[in-house]
Amino acid sequence: MNFPILSSLILLPSIGALFLFFTKSKSENKITAKYVALFTSLVNFFLSIYLWFLFDQTTSAFQFVEDRIWIKGLINYKVGVDGISILFIILTTFITPLCIISVNNSVTKRLNEFLIAILIMETFMIGVFCSLDLVVFYLFFEAGLIPMFLIIGIWGGARRVYSAFKFFLFTLLGSVLMLVAIISIYWITGTTDVVQLYELGIDTKYQNLLWLAFFSSFAVKTPMWPVHTWLPDAHVEAPTAGSVLLAAILLKMAGYGFIRFSLGLFPSASEVFTPLIYTLSVIAIIFTSLIALMQEDMKKLIAYSSVAHMGFVTLGIFTIQQQGIEGSIIQMISHGLVSAALFLCVGVVYDRMHSRLIATYGGIVTVIPKYAILFMVFTLAALGLPGTSGFVGEFLILMAAFKDNFLVAVLASLGVIIGAAYMLWLYKRVIFGKLINSELKKMIDLNKSEAFTLTCLAIPTLYFGFYPEPLINTIEVSIRDLIDTYNFSVASK
Amino acid sequence: MNNIELIFPEIFISLSIMFLLILGVFKKDSSKIIHNISLLVLLITAVITFNETLSINPTTLFNESIIIDYLSSFMKIITLLAAFVVLLISSNYLRTFKIFKIEYPILILSSVLGMMIMISSNDLIVFYMGLELQSLALYVLATFNRDQLKSSEAGLKYFVLSALSSGLLLYGCSLIYGFTGSTNFNVISTQFNTNEYAITFGIVFILVGLAFKISAVPFHMWAPDVYEGSPTSVTLFFTMVPKIAALTVFIRFLFVPFLNLIDQWQMILVFLSIASMLFGAIAAIGQKNLKRLIAYSSISHIGYALAGLATGSNEGIQSSVIYMTIYIIMNLGFFSCLLMMKRNNIYYEQIDDLSGLSKNHPLLSISLLIILFSLAGIPPLAGFFAKFYIFKSVIEQSMYFLAIVGLLSTVVAAFYYLRIIKIMYFDEEKDSYDKDHNLWLKLSLTVSTILILMYFIFPSELIDVVSKINII
Repeated sequence: MNFPILSSLILLPSIGALFLFFTKSKSENKITAKYVALFTSLVNFFLSIYLWFLFDQTTSAFQFVEDRIWIKGLINYKVGVDGISILFIILTTFITPLCIISVNNSVTKRLNEFLIAILIMETFMIGVFCSLDLVVFYLFFEAGLIPMFLIIGIWGGARRVYSAFKFFLFTLLGSVLMLVAIISIYWITGTTDVVQLYELGIDTKYQNLLWLAFFSSFAVKTPMWPVHTWLPDAHVEAPTAGSVLLAAILLKMAGYGFIRFSLGLFPSASEVFTPLIYTLSVIAIIFTSLIALMQEDMKKLIAYSSVAHMGFVTLGIFTIQQQGIEGSIIQMISHGLVSAALFLCVGVVYDRMHSRLIATYGGIVTVIPKYAILFMVFTLAALGLPGTSGFVGEFLILMAAFKDNFLVAVLASLGVIIGAAYMLWLYKRVIFGKLINSELKKMIDLNKSEAFTLTCLAIPTLYFGFYPEPLINTIEVSIRDLIDTYNFSVASK
Repeated sequence: MNNIELIFPEIFISLSIMFLLILGVFKKDSSKIIHNISLLVLLITAVITFNETLSINPTTLFNESIIIDYLSSFMKIITLLAAFVVLLISSNYLRTFKIFKIEYPILILSSVLGMMIMISSNDLIVFYMGLELQSLALYVLATFNRDQLKSSEAGLKYFVLSALSSGLLLYGCSLIYGFTGSTNFNVISTQFNTNEYAITFGIVFILVGLAFKISAVPFHMWAPDVYEGSPTSVTLFFTMVPKIAALTVFIRFLFVPFLNLIDQWQMILVFLSIASMLFGAIAAIGQKNLKRLIAYSSISHIGYALAGLATGSNEGIQSSVIYMTIYIIMNLGFFSCLLMMKRNNIYYEQIDDLSGLSKNHPLLSISLLIILFSLAGIPPLAGFFAKFYIFKSVIEQSMYFLAIVGLLSTVVAAFYYLRIIKIMYFDEEKDSYDKDHNLWLKLSLTVSTILILMYFIFPSELIDVVSKINII
């Protein structure tokens, strides 16, 4: 493989952003900027589909590996994909163009800069999922803070400054400990190359502390209870496209990090801390579901539901079974699609009525029927109705959990019920009922671009709900290998 | 006299100072010529240093009282180049305040000469001589805008406190001389008796004096006032150049004669480092003036450089030098922005004056954004790598406490950098500033921003250069 396809994926959005940066003063025409950004991200999307097409599903080894000397004698720039990471890359390249299409209505000022921020964000997100070196990973992981901080802060709502700061400082605080751990790993083993570290293994006496340092970063990013409080604020204040990126992709970095690093590098520590993760996950599932029930703001409700869904993900990962981890990855992909769609749905009504409060709405099914249908699809997917991708993930996770720990599984299942309650109640209050607010009669149904983005998200949601085989085939071998290695190193301890 | 050519740079610069003084006396309205000649002198000296001394083996001169090695040559080149840029971009500022006089470049040259002597010193007397030469020039520079009360106050404050610290330093030197019988670093290292407590006292006093010069906590009190009161171009000079020299002396003094006493001074350095990092980060939060803010930020940054030295390893020294180099580039960029905030011949320096800068000056504010994120140490900018090397060497010595405190204080520090960004990007705009800036100012901002932004593409180059520094 001579063509550096992964580096192209990483660099392409930045090149687009650079192009936008230099053309901005000349072209007053905002449409041009949007088409440039859209074109860049679409090229990237097709490139990633091509990558999936070339991808060999029968091996768990890293593919398309590029290894270049970066800091001489210290760090190599190493990227590669396996079954675990490739789906996240495709998710990223799939969501980004949809975000760019959706900016039409929500972003009115400084469109150019907004598109630049989104494209640079895409670079960093793809970088996170590709990197096979801890320092390179950290670099991309942290760098994403800069564009996201600006997206929330410049284009956000009324309390944007508070939310942007909270987001930035929470995440940074979690991450610096991970940096200490990464440097310590370099000091202990002499390398930060993930592939080499998989082979070498890390001495068990260091693993617990290192695991906790990585955990501090991933727990904030996931986010897990009790450090989830930045998420509702960030989601509520961010512009629609920002919320979509945040929910669909940024949160997945942590889930990916748990699988790739916590399980892969520190198996015996993962074994030790599994009860901790179980506890926090169950609290996240039940507690935040209950909080979501009480929300009056639609975006906040969906934000809390994200925390609950990510609780399932962490639970699934640490069951350390084939089904559990497969379920977690599918749940993450599904949540990426569904939460993105739900935020877009909120964005649609917000653009028309400038209110996110549930109480503003009611009975709009007769006014905007198309919207009601699509919103229903995603509501049902979010609560995990069979036939949607949400079901596959949750089902696999719960199956694995039942095998491992009955109590945890029962409690988590309880969360599913509460999840159904708040999503259906939200749908009922917004869409059905009497049309009390006369302002609502003036609402216009979905325009072409909105209908297009939501349909684009609905198709894979339903397709993978009925036929998750392509996803499972892609991840299966890599996960089996991961679990074998895990069991081997735990047993040999 | 062997090897006299090795101190050609110093000889050249002193002759130039004398020549320029005479020229200034006899030729009227010569400030522009002298300014330009001084620029040339700094550049030529840097070239001579590069050609003559960079690649030679360590050599001592004058009874081993001066040492020329890779460290000294590298630091001299950095000093000269930094002084060159300061002089280059300060002319407009000086003209606005009508202080574009012949003394300014000459004083800068003299202080640079003092620093070069400090950097090369291998003897307490020579070191003290260089220190006083640079300090005397700096006192005058601080008061250079003498019609302004604040500038005079800054100079006086700096003079009084600096004289105090010089006194402490001299007392330390005398103690060390008394108990080892020599002022030469090489002789001291063979002569002292590790059981002698007086030596430790001597080291402590000298460290206090040096800590004062680099404004490490708890000897930082002068820095915010002096930085605020001095003319901005002089503040720029203060934040970078004297610190390079003082840091070199730190390295030379601790690692040549007293490496065996590392148990004694390591604790002091760790304390200085932690106190500076934390205090600098916390105290900067409440500041309203950008120059005061950068004073606290520089205190915090010097804490990181000291953390590198506290490791007591060669990697630690190298990481400190890398840190200072990157810090200087970031500082140059920051002050270039500050010097651009001018409207109707008034320079603005409050944080609120940046309000909504991004609307009227998109390029200026994106540069400042990059510089600030880099100062905060966010990847992939150069500031992150600077911190990364420091913490790598710290963790290699298993000093986890220092590393964790240092990294946590970066989170605190991130807050006030973010606050500036918030004011620039999230707040409502004010009137725009002048746009017709000096070409050199624009160039220095552009070059420093690009270096910061693009550092991650070629991170090995700086390491290659610095890794030749070998003290231990």
